[in-house]
Parts: sequence; structure tokens; C-alpha cells
Amino acid sequence: MLTKTLAGKTVEVNDEGFFVDATEWTEEMAPELAEEVGVPTPLTDQHWIVLKYMRSEYFEKGTGPTVRKLGKASGVTTKELFQLFPKGPAKLAALCAGIPKPRGCI
Amino acid sequence: MSDQMKKLVILGAGTGGTLAANRLRKKYKRDELQIDIVDQNNQHVYQPGLLFIPFGLTDSEDIVRKRDRQLHKGINYHQTAIKSVDVDANSVLLEDGSLLDYDVLLVATGAVLQPEETEGLTGPGWMETVFTFYDMEGSTALAEKLDDFESGHLVINVIDMPIKCPVAPLEFAFLADWYFTDKGVRDDVKITYVTPLDGAFTKPTASATLSSLLDDKNINLITEFSTGEVDGEARKIIGYDGTEIDFDLAVVIPLHGGAAYVNDSPELGDELGFIPTDNATLQSKVRPNIFVLGDAADVPASKAGSVTHFEGEVLVENMEAFIEGREPDVEFDGHANCFIETGFSKALLIDFNYENEPVTGHYPGLIGLPLLKESRANHLGKLMFQSFYWHGLLPGRDIPGIGPNMPKSGKKQPVSN
Repeated sequence: MLTKTLAGKTVEVNDEGFFVDATEWTEEMAPELAEEVGVPTPLTDQHWIVLKYMRSEYFEKGTGPTVRKLGKASGVTTKELFQLFPKGPAKLAALCAGIPKPRGCI
Repeated sequence: MSDQMKKLVILGAGTGGTLAANRLRKKYKRDELQIDIVDQNNQHVYQPGLLFIPFGLTDSEDIVRKRDRQLHKGINYHQTAIKSVDVDANSVLLEDGSLLDYDVLLVATGAVLQPEETEGLTGPGWMETVFTFYDMEGSTALAEKLDDFESGHLVINVIDMPIKCPVAPLEFAFLADWYFTDKGVRDDVKITYVTPLDGAFTKPTASATLSSLLDDKNINLITEFSTGEVDGEARKIIGYDGTEIDFDLAVVIPLHGGAAYVNDSPELGDELGFIPTDNATLQSKVRPNIFVLGDAADVPASKAGSVTHFEGEVLVENMEAFIEGREPDVEFDGHANCFIETGFSKALLIDFNYENEPVTGHYPGLIGLPLLKESRANHLGKLMFQSFYWHGLLPGRDIPGIGPNMPKSGKKQPVSN
């Protein structure tokens, strides 16, 4: 089991750095996570809209949304998503929001 | 069953709608269950055949039949577009203004292509330098284009998931390699496969096998590419991060969504127009008297005919339970089974479900077709399947020895429970 210390707390993560238990995440951890994966900081209101949407979708549906769903429903356009979370909004936003890696559609 | 006749309305007369209608017609007398089925046209396309048209391996007449001819007697076929569903009034509004009331509704209207959702895709160059083989028009036009294409960069681009038959774009790449080799111009054609996924396929073991096949066939692989724009005139695919991929010919798999009427039906669909559905029972989460079959559902299984087929048996039992006032409790495990054409008259076979990824071994048991391994037997299996589709699957016959859920015997690696 891998662990990581964020905002003074130890949390369990998988080998790609995704949270194993989303309830261990707190808002104070997001900036540290963002810096680790190259998401521009300080986090803006737009970032927070996305992070909160990621978490609410995860707790409701059991998996984080895809980029397309984010672009349609989070209130932030797909183009903006790629500025906020370069190189993969769904993955990076999930990581910063402390939820497991979204299950890719098959 | 109560004395009163129940009314079932089925939306969509494709793979799912047809097989469910036929299976349920066999189960109930006409004075027990009235079955109405609606589709906007009378062309039932055997969709796996669309892959072969561009390479001249089949043509449109071979893969299209009349929808109403696939339905058993005693099923009312309505050829009209659907305007909307009122999930509170239990009625469907058709384009001709008439209403169909239902006690039970089955949504089986599949997934539709949405090329207009990608910037530039249907602009200049569409059907000239940029094609799709995911519909009859595109795949027929692509056949002509390939006839004249003898050198340059062919790019196969999956824009984003979910798509129907997620292995078909890979098969297209393999078949293109074969086609250009046969034409004697393979050295002059560069082939690149561009995917939003982090590998050739989502499932690790299959992804590794498929990646090494791409490598063997000298097909370049670009992963985690998020297509933002396709410019057919400048012949460029442009990523959201600004990366550009130049092409001479692009074969694009457009975004998919649910049928248009879903968005005009309050509460029926999600953001993409797919219906929220219980993974196991196939009962919708919208209303208990709405069931969903095939690509129209938001379940995390492949959008593919084989899944629809396996779902069909479970769905019919659960609909029967509902009609008879019992709890729908038969569970679908997400079973999918796909032949993957790899060119040169060979194919791979993969078999998996919600929990178990495709592994090596044999299907459906120790003695059977090889899994995750190229063979001629698999290719023949794929070819023979079309006949079974029209004469076995749609009429609602079972395949002897093959049930809806995934078999575990014959598989080499341990599978989880």
C-alpha cells in the first residue's frame, strides 16, 4: 500500500497517485496535488468549479466524469478545461479532487 | 399475469429492439401483450459489415435488410421518427403527431454519430480528405477514396469515447495495412492510429497484445490525444493542447451520443443522451417501467452487438418479471465477445465482462476458439456470424452452449469472481 503526506495528513494512494479513498481528501490538499502534476497554481475559481463537480459526480455515480461530460455539464468549456488542466482534464482533475482514476469507457 | 392486456412499446428496431420484440412475442399471446415497435427508417444495417465496405470486402446490399421483415408476426411496426417520451404520462409522441401509450417501455435506439460536435470536422474537406466508416454513406464514399489512394499519410482518429464497437477502429488500421500491402503500395503509405486512451485499448492484457500487433504491422500509435479540431482543407488534426497531426487521408470516428429525441424528453437521458440504467438488471433508473437495451444504455459495457445480444436474454427475463408483477432480479455481467479482424484472413477473439478483462486461452471452453491470438478460425467465425445474426440472433434463438454470462473455463489467467 502506498501512502502520501498532504497538508500534514497521511493518505492512501495507488501507483499512479490517485486516492484510494475519496473521503480522505480535504480542500487544503488540492494545491499540493496540483503542483505535483503540473496544474497551474494558484488554483482559480474555474479550477474549483471543476474539482467540486468531479467529486459530486464521483459520489453520485461511482466514477469521475469523462472530459466530454465535463465540457457539457461542469460549466467550463472543453477548451478551458485543457487550459486549466493541461494534458488531460479528466485524469488530472480527478487526481487533484482526490477521487480514484475515472474508469475509461470501453 | 393479470387479465388485462399490457402494452409494450419498443423504441428502435435495430439489434436490441428486434431481438427483444421477437423473444417477447414468443413468450406472450397477443391478448396478453401488445407489442408496438417504432423506427425512423426501414433499413436494418448489419453494422459490423461497415468495416469491410471501404476495402471492397463486402458491399451495401449484402449488409442491409428491411427492419419489418426481421420481426415476427403480431408485432406492430411503425415507421416514423420519435419526437419525445413523457415518462410521467407513459406515452411516446411520434413525429406524425400520434401518441403511443405504454405500460412498459423499452428504449433501444442505440447511439448516433455526432460529427458536428467536433470543430471543423464536417467543414471543408469532409468526405474529400476526411471520412468516417461508421455509417453507410461514409463507408461507401471511403471505398472510392481508397481505390485512388496510393501514397501518403493515413490517420485513423478516435475523437473520444464512448464509441460503438471500440475495436473497429483498430481493425480498420489492420485491414488498411493488408489492403495497401496487397496493392503493392504499403511502403508508400504511412499509417497512424490516434486515440484518446492511454493505450491501443482500455484493458491492459488486450492492449499489450494489440499494441504489439500495431508494431508488427508498422502502424504508428499516438495515445492520449484529445482532438479539438479537424481541418480537412489544411489536412490537420489539432489537439486541445495545440499539437497538430498532418494527414493526407483521415478516417475519423466521430463523437457518439444518444438518439436526438432523448434530449427532448425530460428526465429520460444524461448529458450525452444515454439512458441511466442499472448495470445488472437493465431496468432504467428513470422509471421502473422503462428498460434499456444495447447502445442506448449508459452501462459500462462496450457498445456492441455482442453485448446487446447477451443483454437480450437477461433483459427479456427481467421484463417478464416486471410485466408479471415480480422484482426484476436476473443479472447481466457485462459480457462482451468480439472478433477483431487483423488482416490477411486472420482474426483475434476477445471475451470479457464488467469485472474480468480479456485474457488468453480458449472460448467458450478448453476446446474452442483461441483467445487473444491471431487465427484463421477466428476470421471464419467472424464471417459466419453474419448469417447467425439474421437467422439466429434477431429471431431470438439461443446459441447452444453459450449463455449470456461470461464463461470462465478455458481461460489461462485466473479471473476474479
